[in-house]
Amino acid sequence: MTTKTARLHIRRGTPGAPARTETFEVPFTPGQSLLDGLRWIRAQVDPSLAVRFSCINANACKECMIEIEGKAAYACTERLREGEMHIAPLHNKTLVHDLVTEIAPRDERLLD
Amino acid sequence: MIRLESDVLVIGAGGAGMYAAIAAARDGCRVHLIDRSLIGRGGATVMAQMTVAVALGEQCPDHWEHHLADTLAAGRGLCDPALAQLLCENASSRIREMDAWKVGWAREDGHLKQVLAPGHDRARCVYVDFLNTGPAVSRTLRARLNRIDGIRRIGDVLITDIVVHQGEAVGAVGLHLLSGEAVALQAKSVVIATGGLTRLYRRNSGSLNMGGDGYALALRAGAELVDMEFVQFFPIGHLAPRMIGMDPIMWDPFRYKLGGRLLNAKGEEFADRYGQAESGNYVLTRDVATYAIFKEVEAGRGSPAGGAYLSFTHVPEADLRKAFGPVIDRLAKNGIDLTKMPVEVAPIAHYHMGGVRVDTAMETCVPNLFAAGEAVGGSNGANRLSGNAITEAFVFGERAGSNAAARAKARTASGWNDAAAARALELIGKRSQTAAAPNTAALLIELQALMADNVGPFRTEDKLQQALEKLQQMQRELGPLPAGAAQYDMVCLDWFDLRNMLLVAQCVVRAATARKESRGAHQREDFPGMLPEWDLNQRLSWRDGELSLERVQATRPAAKAA
Repeated sequence: MTTKTARLHIRRGTPGAPARTETFEVPFTPGQSLLDGLRWIRAQVDPSLAVRFSCINANACKECMIEIEGKAAYACTERLREGEMHIAPLHNKTLVHDLVTEIAPRDERLLD
Repeated sequence: MIRLESDVLVIGAGGAGMYAAIAAARDGCRVHLIDRSLIGRGGATVMAQMTVAVALGEQCPDHWEHHLADTLAAGRGLCDPALAQLLCENASSRIREMDAWKVGWAREDGHLKQVLAPGHDRARCVYVDFLNTGPAVSRTLRARLNRIDGIRRIGDVLITDIVVHQGEAVGAVGLHLLSGEAVALQAKSVVIATGGLTRLYRRNSGSLNMGGDGYALALRAGAELVDMEFVQFFPIGHLAPRMIGMDPIMWDPFRYKLGGRLLNAKGEEFADRYGQAESGNYVLTRDVATYAIFKEVEAGRGSPAGGAYLSFTHVPEADLRKAFGPVIDRLAKNGIDLTKMPVEVAPIAHYHMGGVRVDTAMETCVPNLFAAGEAVGGSNGANRLSGNAITEAFVFGERAGSNAAARAKARTASGWNDAAAARALELIGKRSQTAAAPNTAALLIELQALMADNVGPFRTEDKLQQALEKLQQMQRELGPLPAGAAQYDMVCLDWFDLRNMLLVAQCVVRAATARKESRGAHQREDFPGMLPEWDLNQRLSWRDGELSLERVQATRPAAKAA
């Protein structure tokens, strides 16, 4: 199967520090998910990229919600596309680290 | 450091953990329900597609003794009969309780609908349409939890060690992932409900958090593990074409309702060559189907992606739509039209029969330490009957929660001791600063590949030996201290995961190497055939930094009254 390349521009950082955007060239075969691409980055380039997910592919856990081109979406159901993709943490949730935001209901948090 | 104190601490918020928390709270205890990710959304429960086995007798006459006979037969002589009985006998109370809590079990003609699943002697499995058993169960239990004042739910805390003082469990230590802080959780009793070990394998049907945490926690705390060589592979996990937003075990319900044909690359049905003919019905047990698919691939008759074809092209579109309605549309979005094409399927790590050894009160040999759900070993022996996993989560969860509550009420204090927790706390506070830290994400993938290639359903001495050496090498590579220090630090999280996963992988390899026969989910190509002298359960414990293996005669079920 032909391999294509997605250019993922990922907004990274922690609270209190200015955010930066890093770009990763991710090879993929058509049909793969954005989450596949983010996991590829962690294993091949930078394991410190923070992204939360649990069920990987079933869209059962709803943990991998992030912003793609400014719109909220699940990384596990969005497909990788050839060319540019802009990825950011959810803007309406408190930032924790890179793509991880505080998504748990308030009464399920350890600290307020 | 953050300190928390409760009567009953439940680790893991899947089906078993949520049920345990509910049971402990309704017995009047203050409960902390902890999960490393979100409450009630991770684990295996939420991923369940369909069957829950229970002798309700709604579809046809039934009795829990028939369910037990099927469970014991599937377990190939290695079930703990007392645990298996507990499972089957208590199943109907739990399934009816879930019904009262409005889980929405499928109904037909005024009764709960029960379907026939492979290995059962009659229609026994309830479910929620469409492919919705797991999400419905999780939602129902979450809704119950939220109504109970005595339960505090806390997500994003990874439990790293059970704290043991003077031989008794007194709480646990964890890492609060969002802040990177250590958490000391003291409790009068502790329930491990962390599920299985599917994450050890490349292709698996569980959530990310199923890395065998609970086995490692129990082992380090001094508890025993049993039957660790028996990893269940689900034979028809989705392989190709690539689907998104669908669970890889989704073809199981399709087979329950529509049969389907399992074909090799030549378009031939092949299950009959391996001892079980299908004849249009779904009767193939998981171990035989897994074996048959592997052997067809090995013989060069596999599908292009390396599995078998599963075909529903003979089923009229109207029937497909009647059985699976909205799922047919989700398949269409993935470019799959079942009336025109088969899909490719292959075995996928699905469940672990082995686990923490408990008595019928769900207590380990470490006082105050309980286990529930898939984390428990023994009830399913060498092979689990389909439909028993969710039942086990409910029944063992309820039992563990209730017994842990009784224990907590009998104790005046947790007996927490800071010195006993010091080493575990230090591990979280202390971070390796070495520049040459390994890529933990790559190491995890390497481990999954190793387990899939060398410790899958078919094993040989050579491959197991290679695996053991490689695991020891990976252990050295990982190093003795975690790296990283930030909020939601993935490298640090990977380190703690690998610490557990490498230990649990060694347990599987150790037990698989020792068992020189083939039985159920453990097939040794160098020792084919099941041997009566191997009617033994293998128990593992952690002594002086080493795994120690002990064999005991399997308990025979009591002769059934005529």
